[in-house]
Amino acid sequence: MNEIPQQLVNGLALGSVYALIAIGYTMVYGVLRFINFAHGDVFMLGSFTGFYLAPQIAKWFPLPSWGGWVAVMAATMIICAIIGIVIELLAYRPLRNRPKLTVLITAIGVSLLIQYTCQHQAFFGASQKAFPQLLPSGTFSLGGLSFNTTQFVVLGVTLVLLAALTFIVKKTRIGMAMRAVSHNSAAAALMGISNSFIISFTFGLGSALAGAGGILYGMTYTGIEPLMGVSVGLKAFVAAVLGGIGNLPGAALGGLVLGIVETYAGGMSGVSTYRDGIAFAILIIILIFKPTGLLGSKQIEKV
Amino acid sequence: MSRILKDPRLLLLIALVAAVIAGIGADQMNPYYRGVVIDIGIAIILAVSLNLINGHTGQFSLGHAGFMSVGAYVSAMITLTMQKSMGADELTWIFLPALLVGGLVAALAGLLVGVPSLRLRGDYLAIVTLGFGEIIRVIFQNVEAAGGASGLSGIPRMTGLAWTFILAAIAVYVVGCLVNSTYGRGFIAVHDDEVAASSMGLNPTRYKVTAFVIGAFFAGIAGGLFAHHKTTINPQVFDFMKSFEVVVMVILGGMGRTGGVILAAIILTLAPEFLRAVAEYRMIIYALLIIFLMIARPQGLFNFGRKRKPLAH
Amino acid sequence: MKPESLLVATLASIFGILSLTGCKSGDGNTIKVGEFASLTGKEKTFGTSSHEGTELAFEEINKSGGVLGKQIELLTEDNQSKAGEPANIVNKLISRDGVVAILGEVASSRSLEAAPIAQEAKIPMISPASTNPKVTEVGDYIFRVCFIDPFQGTVMANFATNTLKSKNVAILTDAKSDYSKGLAKYFKEQFAKNGGVISSELDYNGSDKDFKAQLTTIKGAAPDAVFIPGYYTDVALIAIQAQEIGLSIPLFGGDGWESDNLLQVAGKAVEGHYFSTHCSPEDTSAKMTSFVAAYKAKYNKTPDAMAALGYDSAYVLAEAIKRAGTTEGPKLRDAIAATKDFEGVTGKFSLNEKRDAVKSAAILQIKDGKFKFLETIAP
Repeated sequence: MNEIPQQLVNGLALGSVYALIAIGYTMVYGVLRFINFAHGDVFMLGSFTGFYLAPQIAKWFPLPSWGGWVAVMAATMIICAIIGIVIELLAYRPLRNRPKLTVLITAIGVSLLIQYTCQHQAFFGASQKAFPQLLPSGTFSLGGLSFNTTQFVVLGVTLVLLAALTFIVKKTRIGMAMRAVSHNSAAAALMGISNSFIISFTFGLGSALAGAGGILYGMTYTGIEPLMGVSVGLKAFVAAVLGGIGNLPGAALGGLVLGIVETYAGGMSGVSTYRDGIAFAILIIILIFKPTGLLGSKQIEKV
Repeated sequence: MSRILKDPRLLLLIALVAAVIAGIGADQMNPYYRGVVIDIGIAIILAVSLNLINGHTGQFSLGHAGFMSVGAYVSAMITLTMQKSMGADELTWIFLPALLVGGLVAALAGLLVGVPSLRLRGDYLAIVTLGFGEIIRVIFQNVEAAGGASGLSGIPRMTGLAWTFILAAIAVYVVGCLVNSTYGRGFIAVHDDEVAASSMGLNPTRYKVTAFVIGAFFAGIAGGLFAHHKTTINPQVFDFMKSFEVVVMVILGGMGRTGGVILAAIILTLAPEFLRAVAEYRMIIYALLIIFLMIARPQGLFNFGRKRKPLAH
Repeated sequence: MKPESLLVATLASIFGILSLTGCKSGDGNTIKVGEFASLTGKEKTFGTSSHEGTELAFEEINKSGGVLGKQIELLTEDNQSKAGEPANIVNKLISRDGVVAILGEVASSRSLEAAPIAQEAKIPMISPASTNPKVTEVGDYIFRVCFIDPFQGTVMANFATNTLKSKNVAILTDAKSDYSKGLAKYFKEQFAKNGGVISSELDYNGSDKDFKAQLTTIKGAAPDAVFIPGYYTDVALIAIQAQEIGLSIPLFGGDGWESDNLLQVAGKAVEGHYFSTHCSPEDTSAKMTSFVAAYKAKYNKTPDAMAALGYDSAYVLAEAIKRAGTTEGPKLRDAIAATKDFEGVTGKFSLNEKRDAVKSAAILQIKDGKFKFLETIAP
């Protein structure tokens, strides 16, 4: 009866990826107060960037290897950061002072644009591709549980990135500026903080995380296709709301909770068929009792 | 002209007469065009009912397809059961009651979703309504009586032009009257400023729930019409994209502008038909159009009237 | 302009357009055939395959002179993998474009939407790959060239009992797909009759990427084999993840597995597993190889089962038009219904009184990165 702890391992791996993407949602929300629906698609682009980069990078670093993996990760994160910044610049910046709803609809528009353009034969095409192996594979058992390298790496990377991010937001000058813009953008602008720069930076950072998530997801589950961002993006968004949107540790916690619950649900006969609904059911129950999410702070309505 | 248009009762009468006449002439119509026009009527009901929730009351709902699916399934299950023991003529009499029951059950679902909206707002509400839509879909997928993943098929084809447009006219009329009545001004008050509305003695909770219930009722009716128009339904029909399509109609039409929303429903239903020639690029064009319009005309394509002050947040 | 007057103007112009009800183009030099397929959206992979097969077939037919001295014009419409679209498309194809027959679709749900319209208009419709029995039950104008879920489910249950000698099987079903659920249902019935036990039943949602939860539970139940009636896109990932968690028992499934993409994505992970499909390479090797060669030349990839079925549906229609000597609905219907011992790339088959294709199923095993023929199971 090793299933219960084994499922925990599976759930943590899935939850870590959700967490990485959820953090991106939450960061953008924290600064701009809007849901970047295209985030799931940046995640997908991250997977495909890794897919196309790996053979190029393999010319310098033999793959699979740790060095090659780091190179692919770094390059993908940079490319995704650029993609995120460009999306913000073209689609969201012209709407800076417009109602949030307008921006939300635009975001869904951007998401559809990315999906259907990538599905076109001239780009990636619709068929599923196998993500290349980046790390030397290793499966080992410990106390009857089976782990593989990827699962450890996914969990480790998530923790490291979360720590780095918390450091950036809490301890650096740019992090302070981000918090200032989040708190009151007009006042921040008066203090000499360039809102535009901070917003671009936030998008870049969030998208880099989505890119990293894309690589880790590809490494864990192998199959990548242009519509993969839809359901993962939605789940990550649920995770972000679950943890209290705008709250970094909350997003990570939400992701892990969601991953674990989904894994247990998926492994239960008769329940597995409801798996997609369970994520939402939990979300609704939590929001009814705690409307600002698990770690969200109570907002006072200002008149 | 404009005076006629100002009197909603007259407008309703004209619309009803036009619908009946169109219904009589429908048999001569090319089935393709007839089908598309019925699609338009269904889209109008969906858009106008969502407009009550999103546009007038300002509650952002992303689960309209869920309400639609409830109405579609309930009414289709009624007619499919009755079909076994009834002739075609008798079945005609069942159609309207079946639609109404579908609408009522959908309204009940609307009440269920409306209740959490007491505590949530903005993005939280959006994700909860989206979640409700998905949960409804997953439940239908697993209920054997609803056909499971394969859904229901062989539903009698009963949705005609007349039925669709009579119901569309009623939906427009009901929503219009509701919003323009003294009571209904409260929806707009809740939309504009909830705190101010409640300090004026209005009960925002009641307005929000009312909006959800009535919106869901008409979405259920639209679902019933859809089921008896396409004759096949399955859980995949009513996914998030379906909800989004309706949201786009409302926003493109100009939130809270009934005329504009109807126009958007018409255009967005016709557009894919005109774009058939470039099928491969259809969704890409659609997405680009949304982005472009949101940047160029964020207040809605057909919103020419009174400008609401953007809310300070 | 005020929005209200704009609205009236638009409505008026729409009714204006509509009053010009469709006029069939009277060009008598071609025979128009309509096809509806999911060329974009969620099921693009399958829809594109079947469409390409169909397209290739008509190209060949036209090159060799067409039928009844006329060229066949294929009008293809994309339904975006979306419900509600097929009804409009088939209405359009029939009433505006004046097609003589309809070909389509892979997904049973969308075929079911189109079928009543074709039936009412008395235009024959041939579905390449909708396996739900309900599709052809719509009426006597609806046909298919694939086998139906009950047959394939039964075949695989017997295969599990007789060839794999398994007594204890786990089932992993795609909860979103009626194809998958149908196969699982008939498999269960027959397997129980054979005296087997289903140790665990789990579900996933089509296009999921994470299957470890389900597979871990299956591993815990220790079955002899796992029946996975899904599509190759999901099966590839299931096979890989099964290997990762150390689940090393035979996996087997239905014709949804057949695609080179399965081998490309899953590689070694699918080695040794089994599935049933339409083609029995012995009978049709010449046909099959020439089809594969032509397909590769045109589309630069190997055809999958959907492509082969799309190809066959086109040829069944063309042959029937030749035999009927006309494209009139009722006569063409009778000619299609009389299809007997048709030599298709998916094997030799006849259409039975229920308008379903009766053909033997072939069981293939994946060996050395290739599909290897194992045995034929007669209907």
